[in-house]
Amino acid sequence: MAQDIPYKSRVRIEAEAICDGFVAAGAARFETDILLSAEVLLDLYGEDIRARAYVTTDPERGEMMLRPDFTVPVVQYHMSGDGLPASYTYFGEVFRKQEDHPDRRSEYMQVGYEEFGGANAAAADADVFGQFSDALAPLGLRAATGDIGILIAMVEGLNTTEDRRAALMRHIWRPARFTALVKRFAGLTPVPPSRAALLASDVGLPEDGVMIGLRSEREIANRIDALRADAAQAPMSSEIVDLIAAVLAVSETCPNALEHLRDIAVDLPGLLPALDRFEARCEAMVQRGIDVDALPFEASYGRTSMEYYDGFVFGFYSETRPDLPPVATGGRYDALTRRLGQGRENPAVGGVIRPDVVLELGGLR
Amino acid sequence: MTIKLGVPSKGRLMEKTFDWFGARGVTLSRTGSDREYAGAVEGVDGVDLVLLSAGEIPRELAAGRIHLGVTGNDLIQEKLVQWDQKVEPLAPLGFGHANLIVAVPHCWVDVDTLDDLDGAAAAFRARHGFRMRIATKYHRLVRDYLRRGGVADYQLVDSQGATEGTVKNLTAEAIADITSTGETLRANHLKILDEPPVLESQATLFRSRVADKTDADRVVLRALIERLGV
Repeated sequence: MAQDIPYKSRVRIEAEAICDGFVAAGAARFETDILLSAEVLLDLYGEDIRARAYVTTDPERGEMMLRPDFTVPVVQYHMSGDGLPASYTYFGEVFRKQEDHPDRRSEYMQVGYEEFGGANAAAADADVFGQFSDALAPLGLRAATGDIGILIAMVEGLNTTEDRRAALMRHIWRPARFTALVKRFAGLTPVPPSRAALLASDVGLPEDGVMIGLRSEREIANRIDALRADAAQAPMSSEIVDLIAAVLAVSETCPNALEHLRDIAVDLPGLLPALDRFEARCEAMVQRGIDVDALPFEASYGRTSMEYYDGFVFGFYSETRPDLPPVATGGRYDALTRRLGQGRENPAVGGVIRPDVVLELGGLR
Repeated sequence: MTIKLGVPSKGRLMEKTFDWFGARGVTLSRTGSDREYAGAVEGVDGVDLVLLSAGEIPRELAAGRIHLGVTGNDLIQEKLVQWDQKVEPLAPLGFGHANLIVAVPHCWVDVDTLDDLDGAAAAFRARHGFRMRIATKYHRLVRDYLRRGGVADYQLVDSQGATEGTVKNLTAEAIADITSTGETLRANHLKILDEPPVLESQATLFRSRVADKTDADRVVLRALIERLGV
């Protein structure tokens, strides 16, 4: 009798079936440790991951982390190989603290599929999205898509200083901070008194002249120079502020979003290469049989998820059970392969499915 | 069953707590030898005094092993996930004031706000190849504060004591710690950021929302709360 099978076994059976589907589509099976060295993960994700992952110490190996996801291990594995195109699938437990949602499980299963080295990015994006869409089709989910690459192109294309573009680029993934920076660069928020005093005076070191810490006098002076240089620049124009707001507000079906963004690109031509990639992806999706005309696109989608996505992003959600976490999420992360590839890089796109959520929604089997 | 009241087991926090209850007609005292953590309650029936380390009181309240407890709201908020569902603050006691703040070297004339700290952290990481280190024992509160403030490129390093010395010892670039007067900070060439503190803390009487109570306990608790006027 089905109800006699333990819950975790049913999740595992569901996971195996999804994973088998990816194997049938040509992916190789991937396995990795549960206990991972924390160093790489902490350097990549910073305190966000420390807040959500279980960190422990090993007397010999230092800080260790219970696997928070498979992405880093699978990228490390692929990048240490011959670099030829490959696709991988895996399933296993991941561990996340749920301080904000104590009712959610902190140990749960993920099934993943990752494609590396696809020279045709549009086709690879379409294929990965298509595989997830096909696998999850029986559940009747709502899909969401976005493209961090368009936001990166937007920032790169802004007619402002290099320093301002760099500051905005750092905070693409922190929407509140991003908006605050836009307002400050546009002169829409008052300069804090401490900053005004610093800029107005010939501030030197404090009277006691005591320098402590690793950050040197030179570094402090360099930052003051940069702040003065920025203050000497004209504020960012209200046109730029409006363009940023217009891009971030785009939320329509893919064809309409593309058209809308092309209108915006008349004043922000830096968007064009990213929009060409968006268009190529839409065409590749049509070829793969995806109903692009009905597929939603939100320019801001994916901004608050992990920082490593730098292109196409997607997710699948249950409309009948909005209380559940997303059934699947994924995206393109070329830059991550660059950071972990020790000088090499490889285009990469993939995603994960939560088999426990699939089961909650009735299962695929 | 009795109502269990948890109070810090030593030092000024204990003495001031005793004073605060005493001023409201409830006499708390330690019994037995100086080394024995046992206490007595006079002026109200059915209440047991439990002497505990202030740092353990949040956990005991959340576990329902004590009904009432005196501790700093800094410790409650750092140690308890979704603290307001587990305990209810009944009254601030007016002592044990301390702010949890972020402090940077006094020589960082370019850093006064969280915006500055973020800018300095970006440049620091680019220059030194690792994230700017902030020493603290209040990991959750500080992380939330910095996330809300939009600070990136930092890492928290654990410091359970003498935190003000970590910058001079080159094990951190900045600190987040409890301070009441700021004297220790100044002595260690640190300055507080010109921002609202992470948390303003003082000794507070908390009620456990989860501790089991008999009907008789409820009567005792109501009488005690009435007596204390909270």
